[in-house]
Amino acid sequence: MSLKELEYPFDSDFILRKKKALKRQLTEREGVTYIDKKIAILGGSTTSDIKLILELFLLNYGIRPEFYESEYNQYYEDAVFGNEELDSFNPDLVFIHTTSRNIKNFPLVTDNEEAVNSLADNEMSKFLQIWGKLEEKFHCTIIQNNFEQPFFRLMGNSDVSDIHGRLNFINRLNERFYDYARSHENFFINDINYISAVYGIKKWSDPGDWYRYKYAVAVPAIPEFAFNLSHIIKAVYGKNKKAFALDMDNTLWGGIVGDDGPENIHIGHEDAESELFTEFQQYIKAHKDLGILLTVASKNDEENALAGLARPDSTLKQDDFLIIKANWDNKDINIKNTAAEINIGADSFVFVDDNPVERALVEAQVAGISVPEVGAPETYIDIIDSNGYFEVTGLSAEDLKRNGMYKANMERAKASASFDDYDDYLRSLEMQAEIKPFTPLYMARIAELTNKSNQFNLTTKRCSQAEIEKFAADPTYITRYGRLEDKFGDNGVVAVSFGHEADENGEKVFLMDLWLMSCRVLKRGMEFAMMDEFVNECKERGIAKIRGFYYPTAKNKMVKDFYSMQGFVKIHEAEDGSTEWELDLSAPYFSKNVAIKVN
Amino acid sequence: MTREEVFVKLNEIFQDVFDDEDINVNDATTAADVDGWDSLEHINLLVAIERGFGIRFTMGETTGLKNVGEMVDKIMAHLG
Repeated sequence: MSLKELEYPFDSDFILRKKKALKRQLTEREGVTYIDKKIAILGGSTTSDIKLILELFLLNYGIRPEFYESEYNQYYEDAVFGNEELDSFNPDLVFIHTTSRNIKNFPLVTDNEEAVNSLADNEMSKFLQIWGKLEEKFHCTIIQNNFEQPFFRLMGNSDVSDIHGRLNFINRLNERFYDYARSHENFFINDINYISAVYGIKKWSDPGDWYRYKYAVAVPAIPEFAFNLSHIIKAVYGKNKKAFALDMDNTLWGGIVGDDGPENIHIGHEDAESELFTEFQQYIKAHKDLGILLTVASKNDEENALAGLARPDSTLKQDDFLIIKANWDNKDINIKNTAAEINIGADSFVFVDDNPVERALVEAQVAGISVPEVGAPETYIDIIDSNGYFEVTGLSAEDLKRNGMYKANMERAKASASFDDYDDYLRSLEMQAEIKPFTPLYMARIAELTNKSNQFNLTTKRCSQAEIEKFAADPTYITRYGRLEDKFGDNGVVAVSFGHEADENGEKVFLMDLWLMSCRVLKRGMEFAMMDEFVNECKERGIAKIRGFYYPTAKNKMVKDFYSMQGFVKIHEAEDGSTEWELDLSAPYFSKNVAIKVN
Repeated sequence: MTREEVFVKLNEIFQDVFDDEDINVNDATTAADVDGWDSLEHINLLVAIERGFGIRFTMGETTGLKNVGEMVDKIMAHLG
């Protein structure tokens, strides 16, 4: 269970004051599976509390950080010249905490244009050097603050437009940071320029906290800062939410459609309330393009629910939703059923309902689901948005197509019902797979899958994109992704496996480090098509045996017998249920793939 | 607020910040008496006091405090 105290809207003072007790509560929770990540904080100002508060938010997301913290204001030296401690720490992620306080030379009013340009170039070259060195040395994810607006304006309103203005200068540097972010996949901006504005720039840049403690972010603002930063980190490590479960009455429109009639609910542009709900519907609908799945969980007769959506002035249409559960069952049951039908975890939903009783029920009954305290309709957008459930760290082509893919999946389920023989059904799908070594086009999706897949995942090895790229380039590795198309549509990249060669008493064996598949293509034979490719490649490389591993987690029981099904022999079983399997490549191998055409 | 009332509230803040329900501060308490009261935790303590009492210390006030008694004097002065 996640802690409500660490969700927006939160009480920053409470978090600061109780941070030790909160950490205790978080670490005492039972049944939480954490992923461990090494995070280096390279600071241009004090970072002590930033680290401690960030840790709380990350633990709440199921990420257990180990930190390296640079000495005070050593961000440049650590990054560019390195040091042994940082090198041996070998971070998964580096966060560079610089602020406008770290800008050495702002333009003077007496500077000419050329001088101002060269000041910007100097500042920029320092950062380019930092990012380049870190990338070269650690090949890891980098998060960089942009610059916050200064708390004073020497030139008044002209400060923003005149090249001598500080405000103009930081905006210019920020634009150049964004250019870099756009062209580097593992590089993300922590937008303190925005968060400080929301908080209040003058309070954020409190000179008292700067001169006394060298905190460039005022201490009371640190929870807001760390929360925002934690969104990027949890998104990089696959902890984003995937779907909305939405109530309808007084959530998507004003009024109760069953009582008031569809003609009398508030939606559209006729009055203030209707316009407010229209804006909210537009906000929800826009998530579809980010690959977020929209579903309904509403206590209503279905006929009435659909009549509400059928109004011509309703922004959301029936077709926008993957599943609409409008009935009188409890909502926790409906959400669990929806999750099972789409084949994603119920914990990847965000449930939005104006009714606190429904919220409390769903929160108590559906483990891990997010239930924002949305308040009044005026605050719905702010409260959902500020929680960063769907933080975007790079839009993949997959995201844009996701709703369509899940829809096609549900059509497949319908089609399968009309076949008596399952193999006939599989052949009717006209499946075509592309199974190839990891390629730059799919690196982001591959990393995403290693972080998101829980059920069909043999070793649950989590990888950053940088790691994935490293394996792909290593000649002792064999990597394969599988993309699957069928007559209902393109499923995208749905299978990822890799392993590496090892020498065992003069014999070459292949160790399968990771084997996963998206549950959206279960029981299609994709895992057999993938194995064929590995067997072929291993034989070509003169490898004698393939060794497979199964490490049990709370979620991956479905693949307990995976290697047995693939024809492997069990050679070891540990007390914790971990098993080790072997396939002898000198014995004849028969493909179990019946219906997928490969490459 | 009386000096006693300030002490009660201040003690709660100490207990929260150092996550120790057994802390009982008095006039003579110093950083050496409280486990974990180092310079970084001192910042958290001051911020928690400022937010808890709704006051703002000036820059000079927070350096050179000898003990909790002096701290309470400063708080009382701000509360007026």
